[in-house]
Amino acid sequence: MSAPGQRMRSFRRAAVTLTVAALLYEAFARSGLFAQALAPTLPTVGRTLATMLLDGTMPRHAAATLYRVLLGFGLAAAVGLPLGILMGRFRPVEHFFLPLISVLMPIPSLAWVPVFILWFGLGNTATVLIVFYAATFPMTFNTWTGVRAVNPLWLRAAGAMGAEGRALFWKVILPGASPLIITGLRQAFVRAWIAVVGGEMIAASAWGLGWVIFDAKEFLNTDVILASLAVIGIIGFAFERLVFGAAERGTVQRWGMVRTAKG
Amino acid sequence: MSGDVPFQAGAATASPGMPQAVRAGARWRVAARTALPFLVVGGLWEFVARLGIFPPRLFPRLEEVAAAFIRLSAAGILPHHAVETVARLLGGFALAAVVGVAVGIAMGRSRRAEDVFLPLVSIGAPIPGLAYAPLFMLWFGLGNLPAILLVGFVSAFPIILNSWTGVKTVKEIWVRAAQAMGAEDRQLFRRVILPGALPYILTGLRIGLSQAWRILVAVEMLTAVPWGLGWLIFGAREFLNTDVMLAGIAVIGAIGLALEKLVFQRLEEFTVVRWGMLTS
Repeated sequence: MSAPGQRMRSFRRAAVTLTVAALLYEAFARSGLFAQALAPTLPTVGRTLATMLLDGTMPRHAAATLYRVLLGFGLAAAVGLPLGILMGRFRPVEHFFLPLISVLMPIPSLAWVPVFILWFGLGNTATVLIVFYAATFPMTFNTWTGVRAVNPLWLRAAGAMGAEGRALFWKVILPGASPLIITGLRQAFVRAWIAVVGGEMIAASAWGLGWVIFDAKEFLNTDVILASLAVIGIIGFAFERLVFGAAERGTVQRWGMVRTAKG
Repeated sequence: MSGDVPFQAGAATASPGMPQAVRAGARWRVAARTALPFLVVGGLWEFVARLGIFPPRLFPRLEEVAAAFIRLSAAGILPHHAVETVARLLGGFALAAVVGVAVGIAMGRSRRAEDVFLPLVSIGAPIPGLAYAPLFMLWFGLGNLPAILLVGFVSAFPIILNSWTGVKTVKEIWVRAAQAMGAEDRQLFRRVILPGALPYILTGLRIGLSQAWRILVAVEMLTAVPWGLGWLIFGAREFLNTDVMLAGIAVIGAIGLALEKLVFQRLEEFTVVRWGMLTS
């Protein structure tokens, strides 16, 4: 559908849209309707971003946030994936954990922030645990669904060909469940990313992108807010596209589990 | 994304073919099986709370949480908080639904609208909505206005993207068939495109509502609204009222569960059954 000419035109129009939006914002910022501190001009935001990148504060904030989100996400994967698999394979495990999960899952992770602050104090532990809470459920839930949805025909075929326990698990169940497992990881990361920003805002410590945004509000440093928003957006986008896109191409698409045309 | 029916396995055990007594027994067993994990976790909680490793103010016994729940409910405080939270959720969501569906459909129908809006949407969507909170607070002050606007803003993205996809995936052949049969633009839209895109639009609404719900509590903590469950929890922290916080979280969980069961699953069933297709 998108012939090169049409794609070119779409690209040009996108560029025009973004330029117009930027110019409108710029005009609005310079018009003086809003105080300069509340609506900084784009060059100011760019300068702030450059300064913060160069003097190392922005990389340090980003590193703190990434550390928290990856640690929480890793912990969630270490708990959520095995739990999901066990739930999918063993009835008693499913009967025990499913009611708990269906009650805990609808509680937004950020509702726990004040409780976790009281229990673990401000700082890393509370934020990491909030990320953990946010990320575990989508992983467990999707893994469980994925394991249960493995085509029974494949199981029987593999069994008939003499695959047992271990081989069956690694060669049939895990690859068969992988599209949903990857979906779960993806969903989990999106939620973890929201949770880390929110967690940092409320359970403030000294570093982190969420914290810097919230802190900048106190001093009306809107340029810092906008610069950090850009960094947050870029990191989130990069994870979504590069990490999970690559994971999907490397596993599920290579095994022919989903049609490549979908992406 | 939405929860599967959690007690489905139990429902299958009690199939209608069984005699009355057996069915009642099976139902009883399912109830017992479902209650067991809660009893175990509740027992563990109670045990740890009574051990006294943690100060009781921080780790209250379950009776205290229940007492706080009953006291606050009877005083009408908890319902008031809950009503305000739900009102905020619905207000923001309604805003997002109206704007999001309109923009999404426009993007699907007109190439020009698509070229204009898509870059803006793709830049805004990957930023977690909560990150905009300080900006909204600076621009719109504290209280209800920024909270509702932010909730609407956040849930608009999935609604726009899904409505757009839905309109784009309406089968070309349906459109051409309708045109060949003499459908005008208005008719084409109402009779072909809208029904064809509806499953996607509903999916978008569902995702939008669940995203709105997930950040609303945190938004309430940040924007200092006078009433609201998020604010209740956050305020209780100042006075170390862990029992009040846990009672508030229980209400949040109940509302979330109700949204899940009454809204999301109904919507899904409705679309799947009515159109015979499974979305998402």
